[in-house]
Amino acid sequence: MTTEISNLDLKIWRGDAGGGDYVSYRVPVREGMVVLDAVLWVQANLASDLAVRWNCKAAKCGSCSAEIDGFPRLMCKTPIAEYGDNVSVRPMQTFPIIKDLVTDVSWNYQVNKEIPPFTPSDKDMSSSEPWRMQQKDVERTMEFRKCIECFLCQDVCHVLRAHDAKAAFYGPRFMIRIASLEMHPKDVLDRRPLLRGRAGAGYCNITKCCTEVCPEHIKITDNAIIPLKERMDDVYFDPIRWVANRLGGDSKKKEAE
Amino acid sequence: MSANAYETVETDVLVLGAGGAGLRGAIAAAEAGLKVLIVCKSLLGKAHTVMAEGGVAAAMHNVAYQDTWEVHFADTMKGGKLINNWRMAELHAKEAPERVLELERWGAVFDRTWQGRIHQRPFGAHTYPRLAHIGDRTGLELLRTLQDRAVHTPGVDVHMEVTVFKLLKAGGRVAGALAYRRADGSLILYRCSALLLASGGTGKMYRVTSNSWESTGDGTALAYEAGAELRDMEMMQFHPTGMVWPAGVRGILVTEGVRGEGGVLRNKDGERFMERYDHERMELSSRDVVARAINSEVNAGRGSPHGGVFLDITHRKPDYIKRKLPSMYEQFLKLANVDITTQPMEVAPTIHYAMGGVLVDAETGASSVPGLYAAGEVAGGLHGANRLGGNSLSDLLVFGKRAGDGAAAAARKAPKNARLDQKEIDSAIATLMAPLDRPAGESPYKLMGEIQDVMTKHAPIVREGAGLEEGLTKLLEIGGRAKTCGTGGSRSLAFNPGWHTATDLNSMLINAEALLRSAIERKESRGAHARSDFPKTDEAFEDVNYVAVKMPDGMSVTAVKRPPLPDYLAQAVHHSYARYTPEETE
Repeated sequence: MTTEISNLDLKIWRGDAGGGDYVSYRVPVREGMVVLDAVLWVQANLASDLAVRWNCKAAKCGSCSAEIDGFPRLMCKTPIAEYGDNVSVRPMQTFPIIKDLVTDVSWNYQVNKEIPPFTPSDKDMSSSEPWRMQQKDVERTMEFRKCIECFLCQDVCHVLRAHDAKAAFYGPRFMIRIASLEMHPKDVLDRRPLLRGRAGAGYCNITKCCTEVCPEHIKITDNAIIPLKERMDDVYFDPIRWVANRLGGDSKKKEAE
Repeated sequence: MSANAYETVETDVLVLGAGGAGLRGAIAAAEAGLKVLIVCKSLLGKAHTVMAEGGVAAAMHNVAYQDTWEVHFADTMKGGKLINNWRMAELHAKEAPERVLELERWGAVFDRTWQGRIHQRPFGAHTYPRLAHIGDRTGLELLRTLQDRAVHTPGVDVHMEVTVFKLLKAGGRVAGALAYRRADGSLILYRCSALLLASGGTGKMYRVTSNSWESTGDGTALAYEAGAELRDMEMMQFHPTGMVWPAGVRGILVTEGVRGEGGVLRNKDGERFMERYDHERMELSSRDVVARAINSEVNAGRGSPHGGVFLDITHRKPDYIKRKLPSMYEQFLKLANVDITTQPMEVAPTIHYAMGGVLVDAETGASSVPGLYAAGEVAGGLHGANRLGGNSLSDLLVFGKRAGDGAAAAARKAPKNARLDQKEIDSAIATLMAPLDRPAGESPYKLMGEIQDVMTKHAPIVREGAGLEEGLTKLLEIGGRAKTCGTGGSRSLAFNPGWHTATDLNSMLINAEALLRSAIERKESRGAHARSDFPKTDEAFEDVNYVAVKMPDGMSVTAVKRPPLPDYLAQAVHHSYARYTPEETE
C-alpha cells in the first residue's frame, strides 16, 4: 500500500472574472495526500497568492468545493491516488469567479434568508415542558440536516449551471433546506406556496446529478425533492382537492409566501 | 481614491466571529433591540463550531436521573484542576440545560431517548451521561440552528470573509475596528458602541492541529493590543485522539464520542494501557490524562506503526457504529482506507483547544477594557487547566448569550459619536499594507512554519523550563524577522492569502509568546500544562492564574490569586465522586 514519493502534475485554473487559464505545478506527493494538500503546498511554495477556500480539512465544513478533472468534489476528501500523476482543478462553474478557485457564492445566502425559518405551533412554544419526540420521528429530517453547504449540488444542477435560472429555482441545497423544515415534527408552517412560487420546485426534472455529488450522501432527489413535489401536487394539481379548496377547505396550516 | 481609503460602517454592537458564541451573542444583542453586525473571516456557517462532534454538556438528567448542576460544576472544576473561574463554572453548569432546550425550540434536532427526550451520551471525566448530541455532528447542528436564527433575527447583518486587524479606542473605550475584505483588499472602518470578540482559538501555532487556517488567535491578539488582560495562556489542550496516518491527514480530529460509545485504547502489544494511568475512568479519563498516557506509550516504544496507539470500536455492531459515528466511519474509510467497523484506528494527540484567553467577567463577558466583551474559546476562565469534552458547546451558548446581553447593555450606555484617533488609523493601515511593498521580503508561509516548529518542539505535551526559555528566544527572533516579511512575492490586493498570512503572523506571535511566558512562570504540572522539571501538582498554585498584559516595554506575565470558593461551591467539589489529578495518586 505504501507508494514512493512521486511528482504530480497539478493543473490549477488561475484567473479572475476577466478570464484565466490552467497553470501547471509540479508537486511532490506524500502517501495519503489529498488534492487540497497539493493545492496548499503550491500556495506555500510556488504561488503565494493562489486563492482557495478551506477550513476544517475533514469534510465537515464544505468550504473547499471545486471541480477536479471536471467533477464537483471536496478537495479535502479527494485522494490524489485516485488520479495518478496528473490532475486538474478548477473553480465551481455555476457561480461568478472571484479569483482562482474562489467563487462568489453569496446568492445561496440570499436564498436561505428568503426561506421562512422553523415555526413551531403556539401551543408548543408556550409549553413549559421540554418537547418529546421519538427518534423515528426525527430521523427523516436529520438526513437533510447533515448538509454542510458545500454547494456542489448547486454547482452540478443544470437548471442553475446550464440555464443560469437562479431567479426561478432555489436549487437542490434549498430544496433539502425546505424539506428539513417541512419534515420537522414540530414545524407547522406550510411552505408549499413557496415551493410552487419563488423556490421553483417544478424546475427540477429529477436527473439526480445533485445526489451523485453530495459528499454527505444525502438522497436529495429521492428523499427531498420528489416528496416535496408530491406534497405540492397534492394541493395544486389534484382536481378533487382543487375543487374542495375552491369551496373553502383546508386552511389548517399557516401559509408561507 | 487612494489605496488607503476606507469605507465607514456603523453599528451598535460589532461581533467578531460567526461561530456558536458570536451567533448566540449576536442574537442576544439583536433581541435587546440593537443593530448588530457580525464580521467573520470565512463564509458564514464554516466556523470551527462545525468541527465539534461529540455533543453539548448539560445536566438535564434525561439519561442519569442523579445528574445535577452541582455534579457538572464539580466535574468542570476538577477537570480544570481548580484554577477555573468558579463563578463561570457555576453559571455554566446551571444555565446549560436551559440553553440546550432553547436551541431545540429554535429547530435543532437532537438524538432521542426511548422516552422521546434529548439523548445524552457519556464523555470523558463527566460523572454521568451528559452530552446531548446528534450522531457525531453536534456542532454542525448547533451552528446551523444558530445561523438560521441569526439571519432571520431583525437587526442582524453579516459581513463574510472580512478580517479585522485593529481595535480602535476612544476615551479608553473600544469604539471601532479596522478590517479588510479578503476578496479585494478594500478597507472598512467599523464604528460601534460595544465590541464582542468571539473569534475562536489559537491552534494554528502548532504543526499537528485539528484547527483550520483561521485559528491564528486574532481575538486574543487584538484584545492584548487594546490593553486587555489574557489569562491561563499556558493551558493549551491536546486532544488525545487525532488521526496519524496517512501523513496528509495527520491531526484531523477523531471524536471523543468514539470512546464515549465504548471505544478502547490499546498499545502495540494489545494492552489496554489506560488501566495503568487511570484505572477507574480508563478511556473516559480527562483529556490531559489520556493525551499524556498515549504520549508515554509512544515514547516507551509501545506505539502503533505510524507513531500513535490503536483506538478500537469493532466490538460494537457495524450498524450501531455507522448510526452513532457516521462521519468518523466516512472519514477513516475515505482518507485512510480503514473500515472502523472491522479495523482499529490509529490515533495520537493533536492540538485542539485554548483554555486560556481574554480575562472576562463571568456575568457579562466584559474584558478589562471598557466596551470590549469576549465569549467562547477566545475567552478564558471556564475551563481552567483542562477543558472537558462537551463543555465548549455549552460554553458558547451560555456565555455567548451572556456576553451578547453584556455588550448590548454597554452599547446602550456608550457615548455617541466617539472621536477616533486618525493617526492611529493611518498607522495601522500602513502596517497592514507594508508587506505588499516588500515583494522580496521573507515568505510569510515560511515564518508561520518556523513558529509552528518552535511551538511543537519547545511547548509540547510535556514541557521543560530550559526548553521553554529556548523556545521564547527563538520566537522573539522570528518576531523580529516577521516585521519585515513580504507576501511571498505578489503585490495583489485581490484575494491574496500570502498577504493575509503576513498579517496573521502578528496574532500568532503574540499568542505563542503569551503561552511560553506563562508556561515558564507556572513551575508545576497541572492539567494541560505538564513539566518534566516540576512533575508534581503544587497546591500552592491551586488558586493562581497567570495573566499576560501589554506593557510599554513588552509583555508582562504576573501571578494573580483567585478568590476562594464560597462554601456551597466548595461543598459541591468536596462531595463529588469524580477523581482529581489521578496522575499524582499513582
